Amino acid sequence: MDLGPHAGFIVAAYAAAAIVVSALVLWISADYRGLARSIAELEARGAKRRSDR
Amino acid sequence: MTASPPALRSRSRPDNQALLSRSDLASPHRFLSLARVLVPTFAALALVLTGLGLVLGFRAPPDYQQGETVRIMYIHVPAAWISLAAYTLMAVASLGTLVWRHPLADVAAKTAAPIGAAFCLLCLVTGALWGRPMWGAYWVWDPRLTSELVLFLLYLGVIALWNAIEDAGRAGRAAAILTLVGFINVPIVKFSVEWWSSLHQGASVFRPGGPAIHPSILWPLMISAAGFTALFFALHVAAMRNEILRRRLRTLGILAAAEADVR
Repeated sequence: MDLGPHAGFIVAAYAAAAIVVSALVLWISADYRGLARSIAELEARGAKRRSDR
Repeated sequence: MTASPPALRSRSRPDNQALLSRSDLASPHRFLSLARVLVPTFAALALVLTGLGLVLGFRAPPDYQQGETVRIMYIHVPAAWISLAAYTLMAVASLGTLVWRHPLADVAAKTAAPIGAAFCLLCLVTGALWGRPMWGAYWVWDPRLTSELVLFLLYLGVIALWNAIEDAGRAGRAAAILTLVGFINVPIVKFSVEWWSSLHQGASVFRPGGPAIHPSILWPLMISAAGFTALFFALHVAAMRNEILRRRLRTLGILAAAEADVR
């Protein structure tokens, strides 16, 4: 597909969108994995909230 | 067959209906169950709708004035709308924190801020990349551009405030006040192109008299915007789930430390 004389700007805009969305997805996913692991470790050591007892 | 009394009907309703009641939504535990369904659903919707919108957008004819650069619109405009919608959601959630003291309100406000900031940044960057070939400049101190930059700075201010105060309750109230004060900027962004002389084009979709865009370009834009909206909700619900888990982890850590002291 020929994007004309301003192809560089169009490609750069879509690359920026891909970077921003990927960064958000990776950040939130990594945060979730870290939190789930930490909670599992604490619970394995016997830590429980009062409401769970 | 006689109808059962309202109280019995309420108790015997199916679980999927129970998930949607107001009191259930106020429960962080119930929200975690709901997130397990909502995150993949919104993510799948986002993939399908954004993909379809962009494919249709690249198949649409170029604009008669802007040529191929109009393709940037399919990400720039949805990013701009989400940046405003996310801040509006934060303002409503801030009212929830200050007025109704909803247990999930500050979680919703806190987690929407970095996502809204990211979409706001994307709007500014793609706008600059669209502005250079059309206006001859990446940036001008135009009312629309400047008010969108102020919105980005407000996002950063709210995020900084959340991180500056250790106590979550105090941080939530302070951030809620800042968010509500900053909300005045949202209508300024929206109406800046009408109130002041602006290089940025005026409203083309939501305007009196209907959209000014040809349907061949309008439909891909609206589908892409729906995809961005689904993406925002997928990310927001996932981030809210993370924040609930972060608070649970903190509680567990405090209890574990207290029990270790007793022994």
